[in-house]
Amino acid sequence: MKYTGNIIKYGDNVDTDVIIPARYLNTSDHAELASHCMEDLDNTFVSRVKQGDIITAGQNFGCGSSREHAPIAIKASGVSLVIAKSFARIFYRNAINIGLAIVECPEACDGISEGDKVEADLDNGIIRNITTGREYKTAPFPDFVQKIIENGGLMQAITNGVF
Amino acid sequence: MAMTMTQKILAAHSGRESVCSGELILADLDLVLGNDITSPVAIKEFSKLGKDSVFDRNKVTMVMDHFAPNKDIKAAEQCKMCRDFCTEKDITHFYDVGEMGIEHALLPEKGLVTAGNVVIGADSHTCTYGALGAFSTGVGSTDMACGMAVGKAWFKVPSAMKIVLTGELRRFVSGKDVILHIIGEIGVDGALYKSMEFTGEGLASLTMADRLCMANMAIEAGAKNGIFEVDDITLDYIRAHGGAEPVIYKADDDAVYDEVLTVDLSEIEPTVAFPHLPENARIFSEIDNIRIDQVVIGSCTNGRLEDLIAAAEIMKGRKCAKNVRVIVIPATQQIYLDAMEMGLIRIFIESGAVVSTPTCGPCLGGYMGILAAGERAVTTTNRNFVGRMGHPESEVYLASPATAAASAITGRITSPWEVMKL
Repeated sequence: MKYTGNIIKYGDNVDTDVIIPARYLNTSDHAELASHCMEDLDNTFVSRVKQGDIITAGQNFGCGSSREHAPIAIKASGVSLVIAKSFARIFYRNAINIGLAIVECPEACDGISEGDKVEADLDNGIIRNITTGREYKTAPFPDFVQKIIENGGLMQAITNGVF
Repeated sequence: MAMTMTQKILAAHSGRESVCSGELILADLDLVLGNDITSPVAIKEFSKLGKDSVFDRNKVTMVMDHFAPNKDIKAAEQCKMCRDFCTEKDITHFYDVGEMGIEHALLPEKGLVTAGNVVIGADSHTCTYGALGAFSTGVGSTDMACGMAVGKAWFKVPSAMKIVLTGELRRFVSGKDVILHIIGEIGVDGALYKSMEFTGEGLASLTMADRLCMANMAIEAGAKNGIFEVDDITLDYIRAHGGAEPVIYKADDDAVYDEVLTVDLSEIEPTVAFPHLPENARIFSEIDNIRIDQVVIGSCTNGRLEDLIAAAEIMKGRKCAKNVRVIVIPATQQIYLDAMEMGLIRIFIESGAVVSTPTCGPCLGGYMGILAAGERAVTTTNRNFVGRMGHPESEVYLASPATAAASAITGRITSPWEVMKL
């Protein structure tokens, strides 16, 4: 799995209430959720995000509510990958379950700046900052999680008899 | 292999002698929960499987509480989708307006969770049932769909933080103050991916309402679950509510913990978490004169009868401050009824508060008490993130029911000790 895109950078503790405010949870329509993504943290996000962009953030990304609408909104915005120093656990499993690529890499999050162009090769655990030429290593997913991702998400994994 | 309480429950539910932290397991589920916001997404996922029925119609529950009674047409459509699904699949425990309450107050009250259970819920505060000695954790809608289909969920076995409680709580200090104090100490990711296991002789002074409140907010420290050692108080509660036969798991004496935190309950003071993170905990010697516009007493954290009793004791015979909107929300129909029979509803209304039907409404900025730009609220809810209760420029201060009630009377963030002259 390889992802290439420009960076949109945020800080620590980006919570699910700012990723998709609860006032929009009266729908589960992907495009509608995407149209309010990050609204309470960064009201320029929706207008500037481009297909393939990569979000980097600090500690505890996605903390708070269990709403799957949060990774759905990010994915439907066109974001291809989220790199954070750490993820809140429910967001982490939701992202895996719906097929939004995520990876933990504190060094990359410190070394990458807003607007940089980045290439991430998750199979080989390498994140390369094309703008600066620096490289960062990441740990691969455990096999079990890899299986879910390879099957295209949790429901497909069940359908395919993984469980 | 020595195990924690959580590890023992997970081992027993995955057919193993033992498990160790970091291991990935597939566990059998005793209950799968969803609400009116998360269930529609799960139902859509479930329908992709083309299955006629859920794995066990008695082990799936849906509670219409977040935007119910329906706040708008879209919310009505979401509740309808849940209602239709539960009718079609013949789900036993579907709770709609009239029977519903806030899910994490309702399920223990209905006896749907017992000690030793494994429960997942598509709501982050599902960790509440750890107070009953269950392993209980929040997941997303796809996990809920998978749980409904096959009765299983995947987990990475967590390591644990042990929290040893000593001493006894002081007057007008409650479980809410304790958990805000702990989150203030360890931070909003202080227990990330871990279990928070509560034990110690201090447990004896904590009511079930205190414990449910503390387990409820384990997620605000990033924890996978919060769990309390089972004692007579737990067993009495489970029996009184008709819960299934409890299975008690005690941590091994030589179980390994990442960290051990000792909390002397007698040193805990009324505590308030300032915007915009639950870790911004302060005691009153660190709080200036902060005017407020609204007070909310309710939620899955603090909408139980004991919470309403604590608030009413302070509000009785006193008037809410002018220009402060005070909203009291009993968490379930039974709590509402009990509060009415005890005369608490009269006390709230006579002091100038409104009393609402059960709903999560204002806690997540849904409806029933939204804040305008620049407004401040003292609330007994669980999160104070940017925009949580309304406008992104509003502010939420988290506190106990006693502190919220005291603040309602003075119109500024106030310790119950001040109003009650302790």
